Amino acid sequence: MQNTDVEQPLADMATALQHHLSEHQIKSPIMIGIHTGGAWVAKRLHQMMGIEEPLGTLDISFYRDDFTRIGMHPEVKPSKINTTVEDRHVILVDDVLHTGRTIRAALNEIFDYGRPASVILAVLVERSGRELPIEANVVGINMPLADGQHVKLEGPEQLHLVVQEDA
Amino acid sequence: MNNKNIQLNKEGRLRHFLDIEGIKRQLLVEILDAAESFSSVEAQRVKKVPLLRGKTIVNLFFEPSTRTRNTFELAAKRLSADTLNVNISASATSKGESLLDMLHNLEAMHCDMFVVRHAQSGAAHFIAQHVAPHISVINAGDGSHAHPTQAMLDMFTIRRHKQAFADLKVAIVGDILHSRVARSQIHALTTLGVTEVRVIGPKTLIPDISTALGVHVYHDMWEGLREVDVVIMLRLQKERMTGALLPSEHEYYKLYGLTPEKLAVAKEDAIVMHPGPINRGVEISSEVADGPQSVILEQVSNGIAVRMAVMSILMGQSFSSDGEAGP
Amino acid sequence: MKILIQGGHLVDPANGVDAQLDLFLEGGLVASVGEAPAGFEPDQVIDASGQIVCPGFVDLQARLREPGQEHKGSIDSETRAAARGGITTLCCPPDTSPVIDTPAVAKLVQERADQAARVRVAPIGALTTALEGEQLSEMVTLAEAGCIAFSNADLPVHNTLVLRRAMEYAASHSLLLMLQPQDAWLAAKGCVHEGVVGLRLGLSGIPESAETVELSRILMLVEQTGARVHFGQLSTGRAVQILRQAKRDGLPVSADVAAHQLHLTEMDLLDYSSDCHVIPPLRTQRDRDSLREGLRDGTLIAISSDHQPHDADAKLAPFAESEPGISALETLLPLTLRLVDEGVLSLEQAIACLTSGPASVIDNHNGHLGVGARADVCIFDPQQHWRLDAQTMQSAGHNTPFLGWDLKGRVTHTLLNGRLSYQEPSKKAED
Repeated sequence: MQNTDVEQPLADMATALQHHLSEHQIKSPIMIGIHTGGAWVAKRLHQMMGIEEPLGTLDISFYRDDFTRIGMHPEVKPSKINTTVEDRHVILVDDVLHTGRTIRAALNEIFDYGRPASVILAVLVERSGRELPIEANVVGINMPLADGQHVKLEGPEQLHLVVQEDA
Repeated sequence: MNNKNIQLNKEGRLRHFLDIEGIKRQLLVEILDAAESFSSVEAQRVKKVPLLRGKTIVNLFFEPSTRTRNTFELAAKRLSADTLNVNISASATSKGESLLDMLHNLEAMHCDMFVVRHAQSGAAHFIAQHVAPHISVINAGDGSHAHPTQAMLDMFTIRRHKQAFADLKVAIVGDILHSRVARSQIHALTTLGVTEVRVIGPKTLIPDISTALGVHVYHDMWEGLREVDVVIMLRLQKERMTGALLPSEHEYYKLYGLTPEKLAVAKEDAIVMHPGPINRGVEISSEVADGPQSVILEQVSNGIAVRMAVMSILMGQSFSSDGEAGP
Repeated sequence: MKILIQGGHLVDPANGVDAQLDLFLEGGLVASVGEAPAGFEPDQVIDASGQIVCPGFVDLQARLREPGQEHKGSIDSETRAAARGGITTLCCPPDTSPVIDTPAVAKLVQERADQAARVRVAPIGALTTALEGEQLSEMVTLAEAGCIAFSNADLPVHNTLVLRRAMEYAASHSLLLMLQPQDAWLAAKGCVHEGVVGLRLGLSGIPESAETVELSRILMLVEQTGARVHFGQLSTGRAVQILRQAKRDGLPVSADVAAHQLHLTEMDLLDYSSDCHVIPPLRTQRDRDSLREGLRDGTLIAISSDHQPHDADAKLAPFAESEPGISALETLLPLTLRLVDEGVLSLEQAIACLTSGPASVIDNHNGHLGVGARADVCIFDPQQHWRLDAQTMQSAGHNTPFLGWDLKGRVTHTLLNGRLSYQEPSKKAED
């Protein structure tokens, strides 16, 4: 098991995002974090970047493609998106980009709230194992992991990454 | 003896929703929490989630009820399920034989869930006992027995206004004897741990043995409403007047109709609920029904989220064979 | 035909016999008990060692469904079930179709039973024409045609004057009435006991008062008319109490209880099991205990089966829409013996409740095994455990909540008039 501090990668992400926004001339984006880890990362980025619009959160349980295999998660959190996403630039934040299925579900849900002008994907960790053609615009850490390894963000205080092996 | 609860699968998860009785508090809270999440779907531009895409839900109504059927249908559609409404007049199925034949016919069309409304107590149990194992059954009201989704939407409404159940005193007024709504509310309230459930009405509508349900019985409404946090009015069926259960609507309203004067003895912030449809001037005055303490219309909108929650939880359980964690 | 029943334990409550004694049957009668009559050469010897030998059972209430409801059962199928249950005499209520309110129907039932030759079937005649509760039936004519008693089955005689006249008429000709007390107004559309379980299940209840009010109404008329009345299938403790007092007051009344009422209560309804749908309904545990006490002190003189076979569809419906009744002939003995195991009755008392007790209600000739009595005999193994299963049930109706129960005490032989009417399949090989 290995512990990784995330402060520097978070700072790098904020910088990279600012750079991306100015490069694409995006003003007043809105930020949405995916429950649970993505929301923690988004909260930090939201503060660091001083985004005015309130942070949104998404629980993608209702959009998952594995519902018929695993059923309802007993602790579904409500999604909170307080501003309209119609024609807005959305920064979608998650903790780990792995298979890409979570991001697909999140995109579907965002589109049910409205049609955004663009979506920028920011992830703290990009690891191997993509099953869908999804790519992040901003990445904190690139982590090549073997099949049996998992990376998990722990929080919400003192965010840090933990890498575990399959038992 | 066979005491196994057919509502639960072997892991103790909900597989049918027939009755509040016998369901643990944790499962009820889970339904309320899930309903809270589903209520955010109404804020979406597309008021729909893809959760039950490709599933077929049959509304099997042996008793006419447009309102209840509509909310179930809307809930199913917001979950992207396909719905089929089957309305059967009582005369068409006077024999259980044809009832089972009908079920097996619907099963053969690969339906996944039955939402059942029936005039006989125990009908939803009967259907749940006889359907194919992959089908879930929701009781949308059986005789005088239970109406669990109505009770859960009432609990949801109470929780939104009162937060914790633990300190509440709740009064239910009217025909407890014949009310499936009241039975399910009583079980839900006691399971969720309210301080006191009172039932108010004459002995013809509230038999003495009602105390076995864990409630306090009041025959005087002024006394029964004192200091309560929630007042639930029940609908009075017109046919009760003819069965020598009550002398007249007029006398009933005088004794048990909810008026501003009677409501004044309840707590100042007490909320007033009614499962609808309302008989104005029989069980409740228009002034109260439309007044600031009334949450009757909220109950209707909450009904959709609660039914979405129940449908999703049941459908989720019928697929999951193990407790595998999500990604 | 001479039969020797050898090595069994003879229990004959009417004659105070409870000992290991051989039984000698000849010409359809009991020839001797204990000692062989001079020159007795048996044509058949039945080895009854380790078994109980007792009079054949007398069941005061069993529906055969013929004529009229042959999809539920027939005299052929139900007398088979009765013989398997050790029963040699049964009384069938008049609510056949057509109703037993003419000598022709009464005779038809007996003739069909004679053809089957397994059980003595004693028809109960209709108290009122078509059981409508209005016009008295021709009771004397029906009695001449073999009706041993008169009843309105489970249909009400609303008009108290009609009931009074019926009782006066019966009393003037020393006819027996068998009535199941239930006030139809109070029972209304009820299908379960009016109590906590019914309230929880939302099923409409039949209050205790439905039984006690009707029982009291009849008792007042017994006092006035002197009619002899047997009350069938009491279900409440309060009724037992009222009856106990009435008997103490010297009224010519008696009563029985259905075997299922001694073991099941309203708690057995909790999953809406339609097999537990019976009328009168299953009551509380206290009622069950009072019924048991009533048997013990003799207030209740008999245990009846209240046999009501049904086709499968009759029970395949939501509870209130299912038809009431249990297919009960084949469980009468084991359910009665269970009371011995539970310390409620002695073995002799239990057997008396199935033999001399009910026999005393309808006549004085059956229900005992004294010399010269009819050779109606039941032989059973009191220790044998078995399970009732639908495949081996002889009754056409498989509607019973006792399927799968561990039952103790099994009939091995039944003899009617000195001839075998039933023999347990496994015993056939041995003999």
